[in-house]
Amino acid sequence: MKAGTKFALGAVLIVGSVGYLMASGIKQTGQYFLTPSELAQHVSADPSFYDLGLKVGARVVRGTVAKDVATQTLSFHITDGTVNYPVVFKGLPPDTFTDSVEVVVEGRLQRDGVIHATNVLAKCGSRYEAVPKA
Amino acid sequence: MTLLGSLSLWLAFLVGLWGAITGFAGGAQGRADLQQSARHATFALFAALAVAVICLEIAIFRHDFSVQYVASRTSRNLPTFYLWSALYSGQEGSLLFWAAVLSLFGVLTQVLTSRRHRIYLPYVAAVTCLVATFFVSVMLFAANPFQRLPFTPMDGSGMNPQLQNPGMVFHPPMLYLGYISITIPFAFAIAALLTKKLDAEWLVAVRKWTLVSWLFLSVGLLIGMWWAYVELGWGGYWAWDPVENAALLPWLVMTAFLHSVMVQEKRGMLKKWNLALIIGAWVLSIFGTFLTRSGVISSVHSFTQSPVGYFFLAFLVVTAVASFTLYATRLPLLEAEATLESMVSREAGFLFNNLLLIGIAFSVLWGTLFPILSEAVRGTKITVGPPFFNQVNIPLGLALLAMTGVGPLIAWRRASLANLRRQFAVPATSGVFVLLILLVAGMRDVGALMAFSIGGFVLGTVVQEFARGTRARHRQYGEVIPVALVQLLSRNRRRYGGYIVHVAIVMLFVAFAGMAFKTETQATLRPGETATLRGPDGHVYSFTHLGISQYNALNRQVTAALVEAQRDGKPIGRLRTEKRQHVDALGRPTFEPSTEVGIMSGLRVDLYVVLAGLVNGTEQAVFRFTINPLVWWVWFGGFVLVIGGLIVLWPGGVVVAVKGSKSSPAQAGYAVKLEAER
Repeated sequence: MKAGTKFALGAVLIVGSVGYLMASGIKQTGQYFLTPSELAQHVSADPSFYDLGLKVGARVVRGTVAKDVATQTLSFHITDGTVNYPVVFKGLPPDTFTDSVEVVVEGRLQRDGVIHATNVLAKCGSRYEAVPKA
Repeated sequence: MTLLGSLSLWLAFLVGLWGAITGFAGGAQGRADLQQSARHATFALFAALAVAVICLEIAIFRHDFSVQYVASRTSRNLPTFYLWSALYSGQEGSLLFWAAVLSLFGVLTQVLTSRRHRIYLPYVAAVTCLVATFFVSVMLFAANPFQRLPFTPMDGSGMNPQLQNPGMVFHPPMLYLGYISITIPFAFAIAALLTKKLDAEWLVAVRKWTLVSWLFLSVGLLIGMWWAYVELGWGGYWAWDPVENAALLPWLVMTAFLHSVMVQEKRGMLKKWNLALIIGAWVLSIFGTFLTRSGVISSVHSFTQSPVGYFFLAFLVVTAVASFTLYATRLPLLEAEATLESMVSREAGFLFNNLLLIGIAFSVLWGTLFPILSEAVRGTKITVGPPFFNQVNIPLGLALLAMTGVGPLIAWRRASLANLRRQFAVPATSGVFVLLILLVAGMRDVGALMAFSIGGFVLGTVVQEFARGTRARHRQYGEVIPVALVQLLSRNRRRYGGYIVHVAIVMLFVAFAGMAFKTETQATLRPGETATLRGPDGHVYSFTHLGISQYNALNRQVTAALVEAQRDGKPIGRLRTEKRQHVDALGRPTFEPSTEVGIMSGLRVDLYVVLAGLVNGTEQAVFRFTINPLVWWVWFGGFVLVIGGLIVLWPGGVVVAVKGSKSSPAQAGYAVKLEAER
């Protein structure tokens, strides 16, 4: 076999494994990124959406944030204007988390209708600029 | 000041356009007067942008809050140190910084390029002028740093506290310098394509520039990691955030280029591939800028959404299409002078290394863009996070690490069995040795075991190379060993400097693998109470909450907690972690509270303490304690990487023979090399 052919085989092997790793990676670790309305639609269409790892991007409803520092539990509601979900998060929220900030909640929607979050990311407009004072 | 600043921006715009036109026209028609004019335009462009930068800095230091940029990024009580960094801490200012630095690089290229490569310079001037003009036009039409407010506020709104960290003063400029300087090799590539002088000469002209920008990118990435580690408080240094990925992409492609370029120099192969890599790296750098500034992908780093993104998207598409079209028309001129003779050869090794690097780059790009792609194709947004990137890149990274060791061991053209046996015996033994030790010590994590033992193998190769080279000099010239070692390094900077970079890469991989063993706990402690945590190094660490102090500093109210750390019952020091509420000059709060992490760094583990908050204003505090193994090696590995890079970059030394220039006596005294090539 010529060196070029052998090299092509090696190259195909590498490209193939990159492709395989990517495809399987996305299949195993990909998460839906939804708004509360989309989540509500998905759940009503397909009950298997409960207890599935996903991310929800929404705004925190002002005045719903309750922090229990002793047990490290944070609960709040998120909304996109039409649909509203309660969220429970055990852990430390990021510095930028306040009520009314935009958040990305990572976790699972349980059958009790509460999103049990494993991670909460607060999206500030920009790290580089001051948050406009309301 | 704003008037002068705006005027100099307009001047820069016109001069830049002139430089681009005269450069391209002068190059194409061979008119010396136009070429000279393009050269001068580069100088004038730099002068105009330097004036603009000075104007903005003056406005910042004078607290001229009638300028919107100054009012929205700084305040009267901002420490002076951070006033400097305010220049590039916002959208408009960083565009100005970018354009100014690019024009500086343009000037340096015109001045420093050797006479031999003068033929490329008009086009290089044209491309740098064109790119800089684009940045200036974005400022003029979408994000003017000299925009005035209709009124003058009493005080500015201050700088985001997370940017008030020494890392933030150095991280953006370093990363920008890397991003910006890619334009120079790109400009040379375009010049080579336009002049059709596509022999190895242009590679010689850009080799150092490529290394310069690779080094800046490396340093920028490393300082960024350090900043994330000490400032953001989540306990790690790399989160596969889209913007981090965007900076990693050109770095990966440049790394591939720095390797494959050797194949072209030695064997006259991979010409098409090398040009494509350079153009690709540049397109990716503009793509990264687009990602950061457009807000298409949500990221912790993103600037506010703004029309600036569209400018970059348009520029990206136009320049990518134009460059690759030009590239396609020149393909017939880029035929290889040799073919691959054997799978087991240095050439093939470099090719596999390149494929792996590009594979990693592609998977990172794919993962970063996947939310957009899935939304466009299937209508639902699907995101991938760190698990995806780790799952894909750990195997690829380990294969790449193995190639780091394998590559230098295989001879060019065709390696014989005897050659392989001679070269691999020691390094392979050292790899197996490391593996056995770790297995006996009880380590069972497959990924980490592989990383450490492959690391041992690579270190073995580097030590072997240094030892053989030193011994050869010792025999041939009778130099004593230390002298021989220094001579070896200084006579073949590129080769042995490269090996030092390989050692740094091993350190980095070892540090990355170490993170698999980090341990963490959260605790709510009253003063005097203690939390314990078992470290991955087998020791038991305990943390005692000593108390809380609260006080006011220059521009912030500080709540600090003091924690005493003990290892196996013996005190090893105190850590201090803070919550900071930044305030304006009147004491009113600005921004959200931010956290300062307490870190005690060591060769084996870092103790990492975060104050999460106080319970109802009492001294009872909530902490997160993390023990991060081997993090110190990231920073030390980064240091070694820079040293290795600088050794390669240092001017002078032996001119490495280039394929085509037919002078290879430069390789004499290179006993190992000659032997291997027989």
